[in-house]
Amino acid sequence: MSGHESTYKPASGFTKWLDSRLPIIRLAHDSFVDFPTPKNLNYWYTFGGILAVCLVIQIVTGVVLAMHYTATVDQAFASVERIMRDVPFGWLLRYIHAVGASMFFLAVYIHMFRGLYYGSYKAPREILWILGCVIFLLMMATAFLGYMLPWGQMSLHGANVIISLFGAIPLVGEAIQSWLLGGPSIGNQTLQRFFSLHYLLPFMIAGVVILHIWALHVPGNNNPTGVEVQDVEKDTVPFHPYYTVKDGFAIVVFLIIFAAFVFYLPNVLGHADNYIEANPLVTPAHIVPEWYLLPFYAILRAITFDIGPIEAKLLGVIFMFAAIAVLFVLPWLDTAKTKSMRYRPVAKQFFFGFVASCLLLGWCGAMNPDDPIIPMGEDKLLVEFTNADGNIGSRPFDGYEEAAAFRAEKQAEGGVASMSIQKAPAFRFIHLAQILTAYYFAYFLVILPILGLREKPKGEPDSIHKAVLGQSSAQAVPAE
Amino acid sequence: MKLLRTLFAGFSALAIATTAHAAGGSKHADAPEGGWPFAGPVGKLEMDSVQRGYQVYREVCAACHGMKLLSYRNLGEKGGPFYDYEYPNANDNPLVKEFAAMDEILDPVPNDSGDYDYRPARPSDPFRSPYPNEQAARAANGGAYPPDLSVITKARGHGADGEGASYVYRLIKGYPDPETILTREGEDGLNENYIKFDDDKTHGELVQPLGQYYNPYMPGDVTAQWDGDPRHVPYGGFLAMAPQLTDGRVEYMDGTEATVDQMAYDIAQFLQWAGDPKQSQRKSLGLPVMIYLVLLSLLLWFSYQRIWRKVGH
Amino acid sequence: MSESNTTNPEEIDEERRDFIHIATVAATVGGAGLVAYPFIDQMNAAGDTKAASSLEVDISQIPVGGEIRVLIGGKPFFLRHRTPAEVAAAESTPVSSLPDPQTDADRLMPLPDGNLNPAIIVTSGSCTHLGCVPVGPGGGNLGDYGGWYCPCHGSHYDTSGRIRKGPAPTNLEIPDYEYVTASVVKISL
Repeated sequence: MSGHESTYKPASGFTKWLDSRLPIIRLAHDSFVDFPTPKNLNYWYTFGGILAVCLVIQIVTGVVLAMHYTATVDQAFASVERIMRDVPFGWLLRYIHAVGASMFFLAVYIHMFRGLYYGSYKAPREILWILGCVIFLLMMATAFLGYMLPWGQMSLHGANVIISLFGAIPLVGEAIQSWLLGGPSIGNQTLQRFFSLHYLLPFMIAGVVILHIWALHVPGNNNPTGVEVQDVEKDTVPFHPYYTVKDGFAIVVFLIIFAAFVFYLPNVLGHADNYIEANPLVTPAHIVPEWYLLPFYAILRAITFDIGPIEAKLLGVIFMFAAIAVLFVLPWLDTAKTKSMRYRPVAKQFFFGFVASCLLLGWCGAMNPDDPIIPMGEDKLLVEFTNADGNIGSRPFDGYEEAAAFRAEKQAEGGVASMSIQKAPAFRFIHLAQILTAYYFAYFLVILPILGLREKPKGEPDSIHKAVLGQSSAQAVPAE
Repeated sequence: MKLLRTLFAGFSALAIATTAHAAGGSKHADAPEGGWPFAGPVGKLEMDSVQRGYQVYREVCAACHGMKLLSYRNLGEKGGPFYDYEYPNANDNPLVKEFAAMDEILDPVPNDSGDYDYRPARPSDPFRSPYPNEQAARAANGGAYPPDLSVITKARGHGADGEGASYVYRLIKGYPDPETILTREGEDGLNENYIKFDDDKTHGELVQPLGQYYNPYMPGDVTAQWDGDPRHVPYGGFLAMAPQLTDGRVEYMDGTEATVDQMAYDIAQFLQWAGDPKQSQRKSLGLPVMIYLVLLSLLLWFSYQRIWRKVGH
Repeated sequence: MSESNTTNPEEIDEERRDFIHIATVAATVGGAGLVAYPFIDQMNAAGDTKAASSLEVDISQIPVGGEIRVLIGGKPFFLRHRTPAEVAAAESTPVSSLPDPQTDADRLMPLPDGNLNPAIIVTSGSCTHLGCVPVGPGGGNLGDYGGWYCPCHGSHYDTSGRIRKGPAPTNLEIPDYEYVTASVVKISL
């Protein structure tokens, strides 16, 4: 915990000599060996370690792929396929890198939901949380940049859509857009800068991760009870071997899932259209981002209305960025004194609703917003006509035969008649996305601030030690 | 258990999110009856079929479709249809040399007077391209560009094993029976082809524009050519490729009867190999890796139990 | 663990625990070692690089006394059309006096009809010392023995490409080549 005494004792002459000059072994020892860690961390707490592994995998495979990749619009697509076909084990490295991006996001989302549930963003861990948000933003930027590199259809048109969002910014939007692209549209110069930045950002992530761990090691880990450590002897165990082995087990289980995708379904998390070489003249029929960005894409598309002078396009962008920005101020929005939702029966329900709304937003992001979820009645056929005398009218029909007969009749009379579909009212994906977007923001801006003041926590233990005792004596369950 | 349940819920949501890209107007392409031999974690490409598929590609598809990401040597490399352990270097494989030498390609290296000559291909050369460039391909095909087939099986479906091959298989044999395509005099006085639909809900006539062929597996929207209820437009779209396969179109070297179904099956499996030539290596490496990881997780589990056995948590 | 506790079950327990930990650590280290393999192997020559490794050269265009230089997979090769005097010099050199003894005939490949063509010598273009490309007829310096001269560290090769003077340890390498016809040579890596 904060200011815990270093227990490292250099054993040999060399380590003593080193310790008085660069106490790097002491730092590692105090951070990852002897660090006092609450004894009640469950498996949700292993995702930090899993994420570290993900970052290392991405950086190592990425550096290797960069040895073989060619960042020009003429050769990028073929060079990626050359990696898969001719470079020894290139197929393995490239599939690990591509699946690894999805796995990284899967892990980071679980890690974030865990932080939300156990109140890990609350004092004294605000900086820790904010650094995590910075990492998340950098991850999204890196993933977006990297997705362009294979130079497939989704690479090109996805990047085009996202960069066009900047064009929505008033006054300077277009200037920013063309500055980002290095020209009027995505070209070779854009691909090259994206490649350069895609190589740079992971190392920035690694830097912020170090700060994140530093900020973790000042107050120490939160834990499922949300009660701070009071007695190091009773409440904590040393990180090694207790958590190295537990994290290690979780990491390997995670790698089993990872490997199953790499070896058996390497392309299922991506989009088939990205195996069509980029063609600026043809946009794919269904343009969607990778799955991990779908919830934000759904929020972007849910905003179809203007508010005052702000137009829908800009408003959607604002909402999308606000959905991430709100995370940064979360430590000051949640007013509750109790950290863990384990002891907040009402907040817990809202939290699970929040998780569900995020998953459903992902679903909305993948679907065509105009498709019905719950149809209310059948679509009708509308025959619109202009009589010979110039009167305009229309008439709805249920059946096609009647509608066609009526159209023929009107045409025979010398007028103009045409048939179109009159969509039945329905509850559509766009409506669901709007409701979920409202809930997403309400959760942070309304529910957490108000609930924290009104809710009565239930059953919060006095200490980690007592919580562990109470659990094992009451249920006799050895491990959660 | 709660953890498991939640993880499961997460994964199902993920699965929905990934399959949800599927909103298209084309008919779902099922795998052939009995499934693909290469599907699943231990599935293997049926190499006889891949070999026949290469013959179909050479004799039928290659007239219009290039495969620029493949070289002749790939045919004889490990995991390829003509791999021979006696020739670990595919460049020396006599079959591969023979296939290569049957195609004339434009030498990428100029001759001594600076001109580019045609010469027989060598195993290290990429597959012969049917057209020098996209413009020539379009000019020869009524404005349509026959797509490169190198990664076509990865570029269709949703990334699950065999979806791309199923698409190729269904599309190529999915054209309506020529007898159902009727002809009448159109409004402009010229003959026009049309197809009558009389299914459950889809009643009406679909006019087939000149030089276009209807196929229910082709992604597209045929509303503009549909005379019938616009709420129930037939699946699929039009493509510029006429039906190519007829029984006996190729004469298989191994004596297999060349039915349309057989040829579609073989070409789909050849393209499945071509799209991901390392798939057999991938799957055969996958099994030991999975076994290793499972064993390691068991060891770690027991280590974990040992280390924590005296600590309440 | 208390030191006084020496009852049997506890001891067995400790041993088993040690065994499991050792097995776990060994499996992890072994697995990590195997994972390193693809990362190392990926830097080896790729399939396309290996495949593009032979070239056919028309030797009828080489002027007498001149040479042409070709690159195969990025490596230089010399094809030199020797004058009768140069051939005679190469053939008459006593083999025993050479640092790397080889007769001129040892350094030639037969024509399709089985005879040798001493006028044409095909050698690698990399100095056997440190890989510089020696200067030849086109470069204005044939060295002390009329063949090639390596400007990097002063190695002199004779008209058969044999090392005569300087730091290079061996003769210029003879590549794997064959006469496809009397006037076309196919050189392979």
